[in-house]
Amino acid sequence: MMDAYDTFINNAPALAVAIPLIFAFSTPLVSKLGDRVRNIFALLGVLIPSLIIFLLAFDVLSSGGMETRYYVFGSDSSTRFPLVGGHILRIAFAVDGMSVFMGLLISVVALSAVIYSMAYIRRYSGLDKYYSLLLLVFTANLGMVLTGDIFNLFVWFEISSVSLSALTAFKANRGESFEGAAKYLIYASVAGLFFLIAIGLLYGQYGHLNIKFLSSAIGGNEEMMMVDKIALGLLVTVFALKAGSVPMHMATPDAYGEAPAPITAMFVTASQASLYAIFRTGFTLYGSNLTVTGETLHILGYILVALGILSMFVGVTMALVQKDIKRLMAYHAISQTGYMLLGVGVGLAVLDTAQFAEYGRTAMTGGIFHIFNHALYKGLLFLTAGAIIYRTGTKDLNKMGGLGRDMKLTALFFIIGALAIAGIPPMNGFASKLLIYESVFKFNPIVGAIAMLVSLLTLASFVKVFYAVFMGPRRSEFKGGEVPASMLTGMAILGGVILVFSVFPSLVVTSLVDPAVNALTYIEGETTRSLTLFTGSGSWNTLVFLGAVMVAGIIGLLLFMMGNKGTVPKGEGRKPYLFGNPTEIEGRPIVVPASNVYWGFTTALSKYYKPTEKAHSALFNDYMFWFVATAALLISIFAFLEVLT
Amino acid sequence: MERMSSVVRTITKVAFGPIFIFGAYIILHGHLTPGGGFQGGALIASVMALYFVAFGDERWKKKLMSTLESIGLLTFASAGFLGLTAGFFFFNFLAGSKIPFFNEQIPSMEGFVHPNWAPLFSAGTVSVMNIAVGLEVVVGITLVVVAMGLFSFAGKEGE
Repeated sequence: MMDAYDTFINNAPALAVAIPLIFAFSTPLVSKLGDRVRNIFALLGVLIPSLIIFLLAFDVLSSGGMETRYYVFGSDSSTRFPLVGGHILRIAFAVDGMSVFMGLLISVVALSAVIYSMAYIRRYSGLDKYYSLLLLVFTANLGMVLTGDIFNLFVWFEISSVSLSALTAFKANRGESFEGAAKYLIYASVAGLFFLIAIGLLYGQYGHLNIKFLSSAIGGNEEMMMVDKIALGLLVTVFALKAGSVPMHMATPDAYGEAPAPITAMFVTASQASLYAIFRTGFTLYGSNLTVTGETLHILGYILVALGILSMFVGVTMALVQKDIKRLMAYHAISQTGYMLLGVGVGLAVLDTAQFAEYGRTAMTGGIFHIFNHALYKGLLFLTAGAIIYRTGTKDLNKMGGLGRDMKLTALFFIIGALAIAGIPPMNGFASKLLIYESVFKFNPIVGAIAMLVSLLTLASFVKVFYAVFMGPRRSEFKGGEVPASMLTGMAILGGVILVFSVFPSLVVTSLVDPAVNALTYIEGETTRSLTLFTGSGSWNTLVFLGAVMVAGIIGLLLFMMGNKGTVPKGEGRKPYLFGNPTEIEGRPIVVPASNVYWGFTTALSKYYKPTEKAHSALFNDYMFWFVATAALLISIFAFLEVLT
Repeated sequence: MERMSSVVRTITKVAFGPIFIFGAYIILHGHLTPGGGFQGGALIASVMALYFVAFGDERWKKKLMSTLESIGLLTFASAGFLGLTAGFFFFNFLAGSKIPFFNEQIPSMEGFVHPNWAPLFSAGTVSVMNIAVGLEVVVGITLVVVAMGLFSFAGKEGE
């Protein structure tokens, strides 16, 4: 029995990718047996790999997560890395704490997306292809985080891009879907070609594709070669594009906005997998010998911080003025990506210096914890957006309203997601953002302040969405009440995990995030298991916070009960007071449309908004310009900065 | 779709067999000579598309093709899976084994008279995967080309 289990765990990395692949290819055949059979089959296609990933994660994390496990395809253990003329012939998977961390995240989101799809997408045709591609995206994301071979990474990158763009065009009755899909497809394909150039440069120089061998070859030089620096610039640009970082974020809202809601949740995991690829490039591919690459990695850290600040700020300010609910959330996805780039960028910028132990590690912990939190709450928010669109048939916030009266559970899930993304205590988003705020403040106080400002603006724009969608009088045109059970189940999975993470953030950090940070940096941190999360200069305990809130609530209730019951106003006194303005015109209540909620803010900042909105031109040539310009800038920085100083 | 002129149809009839056989040759010799499943599959797909376009044949079986596509992909993945019977994913369990399917041993180096000389039915799962990829590419590219043809004809009718 133990032998069978050991064999299973040894083969688990391959099985986790191969089983969903088999399910994806069989789905068109199984679909002939009926819709119900197909749905269950697709669910199994996500559930079985998720269980495998869970068992693998348990096994990897129980041994600390720092040790990398290699799974070599098509080889037995005696010839694990068979060298032919100094070159490895086989593809290998490399699994460590960071890989299984990402694998768990992808599994949770994919599970809720596939359950949610069952009711959401029921009314469309071509569902066999839909589930087939959904499983392919799931496989590609898992492959991206498990692989230890840079060309294999490219293959998964392409599979994920192509499948996602095909799924974006799934609602084929809308021209906008095709536009979003085509933009994403071309953007991601050109990025893929740049990726291929980088691989070619490294392969031409070192003759290896295996990340471990490449890494030791790069670290074995006297100093970094020009080829390494150019490849680094290309790789970082490409992954930053797919992660949706400003200024290469333009295609992201187009694709996220048009894809069906569960696919948008999958888009989020795909962009997190690309973030993982950035971190792997920095820490693993170029991190084997810091005496050689340390300087360049510090520069990379500052570049990631700059990209992070840009993404956070531009993302959130653009989100504030959107009136399409999914585009708004897509801009928030960009903005939240900035937090992860910022956190890990700070860690990279001070890697191997005294400051790393002081605040760099905390920043990295916050950034990586935020990856998981972001995938959960952003997935949940996109699913609630899907539920709202399912019921109303529109994406325009100005045309919605009054849904809170019939869709109470959706509203509840929306509140959970919105509080988490805005970083309001006691949600999980607060825990990870607290780690980022405190450590980044020590790195640079201004950057820390920007991070907090962005959180405020995030809250402001979700208040706008809540106001526009759920508040107001019940509307006769949006009939039907709550969405079907499968959609609620999909949302409940993510909502439940968010609540668990919110109550026990420190346990998640010690058991999942710390091994991931250890695996990236090769530095084992101190781990203390307790319910309190320590940020280096402060601490956070959700249970204490909830206790304090409860005590305050009880005191408030007591005060309320001691009061005089006769003072409730009647008649005119009950009407809302809007600074002396009338609340009704010709008997109809005045409703401020969602576009006008932050009129004052956007008008005051019109000097910022006019050029920024002009830059978001929706022209593909401009998108391409930003990508190529960023690639050129990054390569020049890596190549020439040290020459100048 | 309309039939094309008799010149195109005659040339199609003449060219169909040789191109098809050449494509099959490229697929089957994938492990010995340049080319393989994709290249040979693309050749066969081009001649299939030529047939459908030249004869304006609308009886091409979309469902059958979809099924064949899935079967091709499944064969590829299963070949990887069956390697687990020998303990490792993608392990080449056929090469040199007793299963009489692409299992011939490649002779030792002294026997070489030509750099590409080896038995055709060698290389085990590599050949199986080449055939699977060939099937997938034939069906996939044919579907794409014929679908594009149908769309362009539909556009002309609408004018």
